[in-house]
Amino acid sequence: MGRRISYREALREALRAALQSDPRAFLMGEDVGCYGGTYAVSKGLLEEFGPERIRDTPLSELGFVGAGIGAALGGMRPIVEIMTVNFSLLALDPIVNSAAMLHHMSGGQFSVPLVIRMATGAGRQVAAQHSNSFECWYAHVPGLRVLAPATVEDARGMLQAALADPDPVLIFEHAQLYNIEGELPEDESRAVDIASARVRRVGTDVSLITFGGSLPKALQAAEQLAGLGIAAEVIDLRVLRPLDDATVMASVRKCRRAVVVDEGWRSGSLAAEVMARISEQAFFDLDAPLARVCSEEVPIPYARHMEEAALPQVPKIVAAVQAVMGVGA
Amino acid sequence: MIEFKLPSLGADMDEGTLLEWHVKPGDTVKRGQVVAVVDTSKAAVDVEIWHDGVVHELRVAVGEKVPVDTVLATLLAPGEVAAAPAAASAAAPEPLAAAATAPVARPTPATQRAPEPDKLSATTRHPVSPAARRRAKELGMDPDTVPGTGAQGSVTLADIEAAAQAAPAPVAAVAPGAAPSPALASDRQKAMRKAIAAAMSRSKREIPHYYLSETIPMTRALDWLQQRNEGLPMPERILTAALLLKAVAAALQRTPELNGFYRDGQFEPSVAVHAGVAISLRGGGLVAPALHDVGAKPLAQLMRELADLVKRARAGSLRSSEMIDPTITITNLGEQSVQSVFGVIYPPQVALVGFGSIDVRPWVEGGKVRARPLLCATLAADHRASDGHRGALFLAELLELLQQPQTLADASNPTPIQPGDTT
Repeated sequence: MGRRISYREALREALRAALQSDPRAFLMGEDVGCYGGTYAVSKGLLEEFGPERIRDTPLSELGFVGAGIGAALGGMRPIVEIMTVNFSLLALDPIVNSAAMLHHMSGGQFSVPLVIRMATGAGRQVAAQHSNSFECWYAHVPGLRVLAPATVEDARGMLQAALADPDPVLIFEHAQLYNIEGELPEDESRAVDIASARVRRVGTDVSLITFGGSLPKALQAAEQLAGLGIAAEVIDLRVLRPLDDATVMASVRKCRRAVVVDEGWRSGSLAAEVMARISEQAFFDLDAPLARVCSEEVPIPYARHMEEAALPQVPKIVAAVQAVMGVGA
Repeated sequence: MIEFKLPSLGADMDEGTLLEWHVKPGDTVKRGQVVAVVDTSKAAVDVEIWHDGVVHELRVAVGEKVPVDTVLATLLAPGEVAAAPAAASAAAPEPLAAAATAPVARPTPATQRAPEPDKLSATTRHPVSPAARRRAKELGMDPDTVPGTGAQGSVTLADIEAAAQAAPAPVAAVAPGAAPSPALASDRQKAMRKAIAAAMSRSKREIPHYYLSETIPMTRALDWLQQRNEGLPMPERILTAALLLKAVAAALQRTPELNGFYRDGQFEPSVAVHAGVAISLRGGGLVAPALHDVGAKPLAQLMRELADLVKRARAGSLRSSEMIDPTITITNLGEQSVQSVFGVIYPPQVALVGFGSIDVRPWVEGGKVRARPLLCATLAADHRASDGHRGALFLAELLELLQQPQTLADASNPTPIQPGDTT
């Protein structure tokens, strides 16, 4: 294996490589320049590439996402950073009604090669308005590709693939992942595919299907379950739209049980979509009811103990797996 | 890549259960080779393949029930090289296997089935996982008798397997040809009854039948048969049934509009006569597999093939081409001393010829009443494909031909056949 770096560094290296290799690429967003990015992802890039290509914007998601779409239509390759998914709601209209639909509305005459990055998720005591997980809102929309890098390799490789896509791509970076460390593959500048899910841990008894910030929790749960004699297979969805059904179904057909872990609220969640697809496509292979571990349906609390209680956690995942296995509680 | 799909083995079949593969990936197969055994609701049928090639992938596992037209296997055509195996490109999204095998609704009116009432009411229902229920069905077990250890006390796959291991042998292996377990046999009976109901209801709903009958003096035919069979050992004797089949095929030469299929609003005549021989099964129900190309075969060969067909039909080992091919059905209820039978046409065929018993009855000949062996031949025909006048011509021709049995024995109408070409 190759170098060991953090998820944040991997994102920064991906940005730097994109800016170096394509003169049409530029980064735009709140505090991405002088401040170095709210999560320090773009630290140092302003000095390296200058204010033409690292552009600080006013606090207007509606305005700068729209500008990004215009730039993409005009032949540029904009990378727009929205500080967090919470604020992206201000830009829902340009993302959904313009970026996702212009290709269709123009009869294929225009495409919008726009990449939007944003932080997502809870767990840092920043209270309800800054702790949402709205990946599934965007995964609902045809015309968008929605990515959730959960490893250092994907943080490094997904941007390149996203920029090569002629249509809009949204990249969700879970805020709890910026500090994780991992090893890059030997060929570290290689783009990764943005079409398939991955098996992150091989198992035979239950498929633990998850993505983004919940992947480390699912892997920890799988480790604990192994100690209890249950071999959990962990699937990292990676791509939330379009979903890679084949990988999921292959795992479920093998394990015959599935638990979906999703930090979104339970009702109408991505977990719900994955479970529906399993019911549609692998019903007769199932040996237990499907289960999911999602966030409690409350605004995410500020108090640490309450916030922890509201989110999917390792013990909840372990308990859910034990329930579908018919053991324990 | 050639796709080998589950053929419809008759108008009443909309799905089949794969019982056995005779081939595996890498095997070279020849056109006409039996490659699999499929359980229709009527019988275990040997399914033939109609392409030369090399088996690439078996898509349907033993025990799986799939709709007609499901791809059972893929073949490489001679000379074709396999694409990289799917595993090598795991990163790319693969076409979903499930899509191919997912039950596809085929909502033809004839195949719609009423839902079966649940054995148990909802309140007493014993939870059984879908995978366990499927496995139990394969094993012929009642999952409701197995204790559950799974989630919410449900019966799991492992519970079924354990119960099957613990149970004394009878249900474990249901090899085709082996005696089916009582539970399976009764399921088969029910399914066959349903299949017959569907096909016959469709026939009466769609086909405007007309019926004709004719009394045929059989003195000459029986005399000739007796003479021919004299001194021959039992297996070499020719039975009346074979002679009648031959006579039907010969008569059809003059009335081709009774031989073929009515499909998509038009009649498709068939050159060869593949006679569907109605064979009642011992446990009840019936099948009508084809005796291929009756017109072209010498009588002795026809007799051998008829005996073989009856034996195999009752043993439940028919070939797929025999199930698909019949171009007309012939039913003979003579053994039950029934005088005449007016049949229901088996769609998409357009005619059914019925024979009753041969009885000695009064017959007027040259102004005098004589005792003669008489046979009542009937025709049920599809008025969309033919009219009564043509039907009458057929029966008259049949009568004539049976007065000259020697010519029937000699006749072989040279009609080349390619079983399976109709598919």
